[in-house]
Parts: sequence; structure tokens; C-alpha cells
Amino acid sequence: MKSHTITLTINGESHIVTVRSADTLLYIVRGRLGLTGAKPGCLNGDCGACTVNVDGWPMKSCLMLAVEAAGKEVTTIEGLKETPIQMAFVENFAFQCGYCTPGFIMNCHSLIEQHPDADDQTIKEWLESNICRCTGYIEIEKAVKSVLKRGAHLKAPME
Amino acid sequence: MEVIGKSVIRKEALDKVTGRAKYTHDHQTVPMLSGKMVISPYGHAKIVSIDTAEAGKVAGVRAILAGEHYYPLTGEAIRDRPPIAVDKVRYHGEPVALVVADTPVQAKAAADLIKVQYELLPVVNSPTQAFQKNAPLVHERLGEYKKESDSQPVPGTNIATHIKIRKGNLEKGWAEAATVVEASFSFAPSDHAAMETRCATAEILPDGNILIMTSSQAPFMVKRLIADYFGEDMGKVIVRTPLVGGAYGGKAPVQLEVLAYLGSKAVGGKPVKVLNTREEDILTSPCHIGLDATVKLGTDRSGKIKAAEIRYLWDGGAYSDKAIDITRSGATDCTGPYNIENVWCDSYCMYTNHPYAAPFRGFSHSELSFAIERTMDLLAKKLNIDPLELRYINAIKPGDTTPTRVLLNKSNVGNLQKCIEKVRGLIKWDEGPVKVVNDRFIRVKGVSCSWKTSTIDTDAPSGVILTFNRDGSINLMSGIVEIGTGTKTILAQILAERLQMDVDNIHVRMEVDTQTTPEHWKTVASRGTFMGGRAVLKAADDVINQLKEVAACVLRAPKEDLEIGGSRVFLRDDPSLGLHFKEIGYGYKYPNGNTVGAQIIGRGSYILRHLTPLDPETGEGRPGPEWTVAAYGVEVEFDKRDYTYRLVKAATVVDIGRVMNEKAARGQVMGAMSMGLAFAGRETFYFDELGRVLNPQLRTYRPLRYGENPEYLVGFVETPQIDGPYGARGVGEHGLMGMPGALGNALSVAAGVSLHHLPLIPELIWKAKEANK
Ligand code: FES
Ligand code: FES
Repeated sequence: MKSHTITLTINGESHIVTVRSADTLLYIVRGRLGLTGAKPGCLNGDCGACTVNVDGWPMKSCLMLAVEAAGKEVTTIEGLKETPIQMAFVENFAFQCGYCTPGFIMNCHSLIEQHPDADDQTIKEWLESNICRCTGYIEIEKAVKSVLKRGAHLKAPME
Repeated sequence: MEVIGKSVIRKEALDKVTGRAKYTHDHQTVPMLSGKMVISPYGHAKIVSIDTAEAGKVAGVRAILAGEHYYPLTGEAIRDRPPIAVDKVRYHGEPVALVVADTPVQAKAAADLIKVQYELLPVVNSPTQAFQKNAPLVHERLGEYKKESDSQPVPGTNIATHIKIRKGNLEKGWAEAATVVEASFSFAPSDHAAMETRCATAEILPDGNILIMTSSQAPFMVKRLIADYFGEDMGKVIVRTPLVGGAYGGKAPVQLEVLAYLGSKAVGGKPVKVLNTREEDILTSPCHIGLDATVKLGTDRSGKIKAAEIRYLWDGGAYSDKAIDITRSGATDCTGPYNIENVWCDSYCMYTNHPYAAPFRGFSHSELSFAIERTMDLLAKKLNIDPLELRYINAIKPGDTTPTRVLLNKSNVGNLQKCIEKVRGLIKWDEGPVKVVNDRFIRVKGVSCSWKTSTIDTDAPSGVILTFNRDGSINLMSGIVEIGTGTKTILAQILAERLQMDVDNIHVRMEVDTQTTPEHWKTVASRGTFMGGRAVLKAADDVINQLKEVAACVLRAPKEDLEIGGSRVFLRDDPSLGLHFKEIGYGYKYPNGNTVGAQIIGRGSYILRHLTPLDPETGEGRPGPEWTVAAYGVEVEFDKRDYTYRLVKAATVVDIGRVMNEKAARGQVMGAMSMGLAFAGRETFYFDELGRVLNPQLRTYRPLRYGENPEYLVGFVETPQIDGPYGARGVGEHGLMGMPGALGNALSVAAGVSLHHLPLIPELIWKAKEANK
């Protein structure tokens, strides 16, 4: 099996790692870099628990090879520091077991950055790629909307 | 101070939004070998041969295990399950071999090279088929298994147990019944689909200590069973459970722990991890039970139910494990929450060639409720009574007896009629069940009710230890596993309330470690708040007593004159005279250095009282402490053209006794409703004729996703349970239990055809319509 030595930029730090061609980004960030926030839930793109952010977009890290991530900016949940969406998840009780939470937050975070004025349809299109088995989703909806609204509110005076 | 009822942020919240929260698979030590299962591709087959020669050549492979007759049989109520299949496989997904290798990649590569030859056997594909006289046998040696005394397998059949309820006089009941309906219902097994797949690691140290880490609801049961199965010293089995990523009952059985233990043993005790893939989690690990039910109910002219005759055939799957208890629980509350004097119920746990069953949130009650609540609607239709009214007039009340003849009182049962009235308002029932949107769409409502007691071991314990820190804050240790329900935060609230202190000064240990954490039997059955809460109260009283003892000495005042509040002990008549916890939590040090007292350590433990097993002939007995009741409504928008529908609203009103944490309670109820609607509306295993599950992935087995959820309406009734901490009753499961019935009732009205199966997909509705033509 062929291996490659690559430089991964994760949460603003670069890491030199040797990986197999077939190693997924998820496998490497968890197993090699100890960033276990991204979770395996299905390993085939169905659940979103492994979602990270690559160059500003949400990416299911079980579907991306580590070698593909070389030269890109990867952010995992560990790279978010007291962002509004994290706090909104806490305040709105938007999780129970918390296993889906890093993936959901990374997805929400990217959504807020890409579509600060996302409407219901856009939110749904983005968030239906993740599964939460514990909550009824209403709490997650409230959390993400509270941040989107805050964003809109902040923007308003400038218009 | 008022901490009870407040939406206190869960103690582990910050860890969960920053990625720091650790689950079993997140704990990675070096070295950690990888265990990979080879699983059966068939439902029922003889194992002719297993060829591991090629697999053994893969670099990094350290051991390959196949089933052995000398491995102990495992299981809880009946020891019927080899940890790795021997001679034959009994379900699709059953472990056939285990490869232990240095890395997951090597283990998988080797597992793929193992060649197993099977010879197909006839498949038992439903509990009804299993019940037939000439059905193939799943277990030929049923009579030889070791079992608990109240399991009643019938050798020579597929009956793993048979629970009988014989209450009142059925003949008299039928004689009084003017209106009778009888109907049958069925649904196949399905899955819990917790987002964290099950995972266990094991390591055996040279001194004989066995270290296990597992994503389990029952670490103390793991300890007990590993000791028991393998003759190990119980004190040497040390089981750790960190946070668990969703469980819903599915992580109560003990399974992967045994494989990890065997794997470790095979490599000289080195640490071995067994992690389920999603497919294995669905197939190999225990699933959500299926049911074939027949219900017959009769009422007098006024609509009072006079007699019930019920048969439940539970699809326990290939091994009986917890299905025996589920079968018993289903008999215990077989009638639903209605007062019926004459009841006859036969609840059978059937062996089939399906994945075996674990508890599922509601523990038989969501399943039996579908059958009962659909029958109630059929009855209402026949009687021409409003379905909610029929439920109201038959609602169980203090003074009534349960099917197992427990006399109910104002404390041990909630107020169902109040729940019904509240749900009536929430879903605007009085506006009528059907609203025409246009000639294609209609909006239709359905209702249901449920009740549940928690049938757990009569000697199930729960313990709590409190220790003081030097700053006067308190550490709380309980054996309850944080599976997502927030119970440990509620325990902190209970402690804060009792000690009248700030909940922020209570530190909760999230991880369970069976060596240092007091036992909580299993984190199941919505018993955490009740039992753990009682233990906390006892430990708090212990702490109060010790604090007062030291303070009495220092303050030179009798203990009786002291009060506790705001992390202080003070004189009742002069609160300014007192001592902060930080001055006495580690003993009080006088200016000259002399010290009285020492670190305060509080202890409390609790066992439910007066529980008894059921009488094998009549079912009489007290299997659980209290009955939580609930009423439900579901509203759908139904497309008359293609029978698709959208969930519009779902309502649950549950008598919770006392709301301990408002947002957490609502979250529990809403999450449970979501799961119940998914179970009712779309989740099932699709089996082929070989007993294979055709949809073991989250793209073919589909839980609800964002935006598919309805609007949730949650209401609480508070009838205190006198024995419960601050009157609280269990609530983790109840939002789920009525959803299948309410959705089934709504869709039966919408489609104009009686629906008797789950999941309620458009195709099922279409088939029912076609059959009715
Ligand atoms: S693990 Fe990547 S989508 Fe499920
Ligand atoms: S919080 Fe448990 S899966 Fe979302």
C-alpha cells in the first residue's frame, strides 16, 4: 500500500503526516492528530457526524481522503472557540447525547458563514445532511436561527 | 433557593460543543489492537467449515477466533447465546469469527479473507411462524440452557418464555360486553440507530485485573456478567463508561464487551478494541423488538370496557437476552392505561431467525400501545363514541387495579384524565378530527394514551457518593451513565435544592468506573432520576448531618438550632453566625492548629421497595413502583392522491410528577416523539426469505431528518409521586410510546381504512386500500 507524506493544515496549524492513499481525513484527524471531535457514525456519508470545514465549506470527513486535504484549510470543532453557534447550542439545549453535535455545529457554522441570511429552505437543505437521534430538531433550528438573526441584526445598521 | 424546575444547563454542555466530550471510541491508547468481526450473511445456516489460512498470513494479524464449545453461553434471562457462533448461525449479522490485528485496516483485510461455508437451514421469519406447531426450531437444546427461575422456556418449541395474566373472570366480562372488537397487528423489528455505534475495549493485566471500557448503559452488569461467564473475580473486573452517544435501551445488553475480552485473552491480555461499523451496529448488535398482536376488547353500552383478551407474540429474535423481560413488561401493562376488571393476556417471547432484541425506549409499551390504541379507535368507531371520550371514561385511576392486580393510589399512578383534557386543548380536538384543505389534501388528527411502570430487578440498587473540596464545593459521583438524558445534571439540581446551595458549586463526575463509582443498576427504564435522586437525597442528609456536627461543636450550639443554605451552616435565629462549607468541609481548624472533623464524605443508596416477581399462573405481582401516564395527539396533512403525508403537529401531555428541569424535560419528550414518529412512520427492517436484513444502512434505514419533524406541543401535568425526589416521575420514554398509536389512528381516518401494520408508509396505506376494495 502506497503512503504519502503530506502537510495538513488543521485549525491553523500545519502537521506533517504520513498517510496511506486510502486513509480518510476522518481517520487521520482522529487517529493521528487526536482530534476526536469529528465522529464516525456511518463512514459512508449518511449521518454527518464527521463533518468538518474545508476551505469554508462543510465536508464529511469520512468521504474525503487525507491526501485530498493537503494544501487546504481544515477546521474541526476543536478549532472553533466560543463562536455564537456553540453558545446557541448550549442555550437552546440543542443536543442531548452530544454525539452528533460537533458535526451539526460545523455544518451550522459553515452555513452561517456562507449564507448569513439563509431562509428556511436553505437551512433545511444544509442541515438535513446530518442526523440527530436524540433531539426533535426544533432545538437545533432555534439555535441556528438565533445566530442567523443576530447576524442580520448586526448587519442592519450598516445598510 | 429554587433549583428544581429550572432549566439548568447540563454539566457537560461545554465539552459537547467544543469536541472535548469523549466517548468510548475516542479513547485511544498505544498500543491498541483492533478486533474485527466476520458476520453471518444468512438468517439460519449450518457452519460447515471456516478457513482462516489466508487471513492468518496478513501482516499484523495476532489472533483469529472462531466459535468454541468451551466458550460459555451468554445471555441474561436464559444463557442461550454463544459469544461467537458455534455449529450454526441463527441470525443475519451474528459473529462467526473475530480477527485481532495491529490496525483496523489489517483486521479488516484479514476478516475479508476468512472463508466460511454455510449450509442453509429453513428460516423462522416471524413470531407467528415461530409459534406454529411445525415451525423449524431456532434452539434445539432449549431445555438444557441455564436460566433464571422466572424464565419459562418451552423445550421443543420456539417459546423462550410465556407470561400469563389472569385477572377477574373473563366469562363474566364477555357476558357484560355488548360491543366487542377484535383485531390483529404486526410489525417487524427495527433499530435504535444511536449515532454512536457500540464500542468496547478490553485489556487483561498481569495481576489479573480486567480493564474494560464500553459504550454501555449497564457497566455494572458488564462487570457482573464477565465475572460470572468466565469465573473472574468480580472486583478485578473494572468497567469504565465515559459519555455515551445515544442508547435508547440498545446499549443495555452486554455483547461486544465479551468479544473484546476474548480477543484480549487471545493476545496475552493486550488491549483490544471492537468497534461496530454502522452495518454491524444495525445487524449484529441487538435491535428494537417486533410484535404480532391480537387484541379483543368488549364494552358495555355506556362504553366501559368489561373484558380484554390479548395475545402478544414478541419477536425476540435469535437469542432471548432482554426479550424475556420485555415480554414480561408487555404483559404487566398489557391493557394500556385503562381500568379493566377482567383481563386475560398471553405474552410470548418467540425465537426467530432475526437479530435479537434489546430494550427500546418504552420497553414494550410503544409496541403494545400501537395494538391497544388502534383497537380503542376501532371500538370508538363501533360504539360511535368520540375516541378521546372513550379513553377518558376508561382511564385508569386511583382505586383501580392493574393487570397484575396492584391497587393504585393517588401517588403511584398519574392523572390520565387530566392529561387527556390537556391534550384535547393542545391539539384543538374539539374543532374535529378532519379538516379539508382542498380536494387533494386533508388534515387529520389522531389520539392515543399510554402508561408505563418500570419492571426492573426487585433488588436493583442505586448509590451516590459526595465528597467535599477544600473550597466548599461538592463532587457528586453516581453510577448513572450520561447517555444524553441529562440525569446527572438533575441529580446536581436535587442536591443543590436539598443543600440550598448554588448548583455551580456542585461538580458532577460524568464517567462511570465500576471500581470507584457506587453502583446504579442500569441506566434504563427512566429510573435514573427516581432512584439516583433518592440516593442523592440520602447522601445529602448524611452530609448535612456531618456538617452540622462539626458546626455545632465550633459554634457551640445544638445541632437542632442549625440551618443550611448558601454553602453555609448557620444559626437559625441569627444567620450571620455561621460557617462556610470551605471552613468545615475538611474539618474545622482552630487558630491554634487543632482540628475537629475531617473531609466530609456523604453516602446514600436506594433500592426500590416492595417489588415482587409475577406469579407464573396468574401474573399477580408488583413488578414496578409507579405508573407514569400520558396522552397524545398527532396531526398529519394527507395527500389523498398518493397517500403520502406530512407530519404537522405532535402533542404529548405527560404526568411527570414534578418538572425537574423544564428545558431538559421538554427536550426529552420532543426527542422521544421524534423517535416514535420515525418508528411509526418509516423505520423497519426489511427481511428477505433467507432472513437477511436488506436495509442495514442509514440511507436505507431512515431516521427523521431536520425539517421532517412536526411542530411539537408538550404539556405537563404534575401529580406528585410521594416517594419520588420532589415528587418526580420517570419521563425519558413517554413521549415516544403513544406516537405509533396516534399516527396510526390519524392515518386510518385519513385513508378511510383500518391500518394494522408499521411502519405507516404510503405503500402500506395503498395496500390496505387495495385489499379493502
Ligand atoms: S461518518 Fe461521515 S457521514 Fe457518517
Ligand atoms: S444529541 Fe444525540 S444524536 Fe444528536
